[in-house]
Amino acid sequence: MATLTVEVITGERSLFSESGVEMVSAPGAEGTMGILPNHAALISLLDAGELVIRKGGREDRMVVFGGFIEVLNNKVVVLADSAERVEEIDIDRAERAKDRAQQSLANRGALRDIAAEEAALKRAAVRLRVGKRRSGHRATPAG
Amino acid sequence: MPSPREVKRRMNSVKNMSQITRAMEMVAASKMRRAQERVAAGRPYADRLRDVLSDLASLQLDADELKQFPLLERREVKTSTLIVMTPDRGLSGPLNSNLFRRTAQYLRSESVDAHPHTIAVGKKGRDFLNKTGQNVVAEFIQLGDRPSLDDIRPIVDVAMQEFLSGESDAVYMLYPKFINTLSQVPTVIQLLPLERPEGTDSSNDDVDYIFEPDAKTVLQEILPRYLETIVYQAVLETVASFYSSQMVAMRNATDNAKELVDDLNLSYNKARQAQITNEVAEISAGANAFRVD
Repeated sequence: MATLTVEVITGERSLFSESGVEMVSAPGAEGTMGILPNHAALISLLDAGELVIRKGGREDRMVVFGGFIEVLNNKVVVLADSAERVEEIDIDRAERAKDRAQQSLANRGALRDIAAEEAALKRAAVRLRVGKRRSGHRATPAG
Repeated sequence: MPSPREVKRRMNSVKNMSQITRAMEMVAASKMRRAQERVAAGRPYADRLRDVLSDLASLQLDADELKQFPLLERREVKTSTLIVMTPDRGLSGPLNSNLFRRTAQYLRSESVDAHPHTIAVGKKGRDFLNKTGQNVVAEFIQLGDRPSLDDIRPIVDVAMQEFLSGESDAVYMLYPKFINTLSQVPTVIQLLPLERPEGTDSSNDDVDYIFEPDAKTVLQEILPRYLETIVYQAVLETVASFYSSQMVAMRNATDNAKELVDDLNLSYNKARQAQITNEVAEISAGANAFRVD
């Protein structure tokens, strides 16, 4: 059976590069897309969201924040603006970033760049959503 | 003839200096290795982005559509901007002076307008541009050894602003291209208007991509990112070039110091021998004077 070769790279590093992948689920601009082997050639924009790579019963989870995905001849290349593995998410930091962004959005008078704050809020929300699911079955460590 | 003590003192000071240069060489060597790794780490992204862009080369745009992509717009070049990338520090052999020479040469002969805007990235370049009375519109200093993409975005923003506002019809960038540890070449490239890479890989020509949302939106999104990666790679290469050049310069300095110590050691021994011979001659002369025949 055909499998996929998957690369996840950002401008600063390479997060993932393996072959023998069975499925990729990516946050496409038009909604989440699942990519199986023998997928048609595709270039799509990415939204901020969760990227799941399934290989041999194991799942690698990452969050990506914008970028592109290219699929060609069973090769999947994710070019993310920035990306991190789920294990790397700092939930406390994301909570703080979320509060900060919400606060500055609340008093719009002093705000210069609404789009930037909204993007920051969105990034924090994605980190929290994905990160909390990771630690869902156990108590969140205090502090 | 200098006294042995004087020679000894010079020898010690040269030895101290060679210890410093050796330490600097080691530090530069380890930083160089990491800087080179970062250049290599950024390359796949830049290459893949170029691939995707060349996959879009088949997308033909007529004049009206081209207006939606101001970064590609070709105008008659009357005014221009030059980004000059240099390290923040010196003690790196001929690297900086080579960059300055190339900058001066560019400003004298190749630039189309008499007073192009310049953007300084790095302290050394800023000082040079200010000293030679250039029109510096922006400066970015102390980006550090490991700049992130976020750190260099302001540089790209200023460059785009220069171009999109019509201040400049073209933006060029001068940086020390990192060839290998022994060779860094000051290079000038055109940043804006962006050149779309040709679809070189002919095997991809007949592939019908599905674009989401659509090809134009993808192109629209990809162009500024492409620009960012070009600038980011250049910044990383500047860091790698700096440490490579510094390491080589410091190694040469250490070798020279070693040679100097050897020379001084020789003259120290000579001076010491001369002194001893002198003393022996004096003593025997003195003894001779007392001898009564």
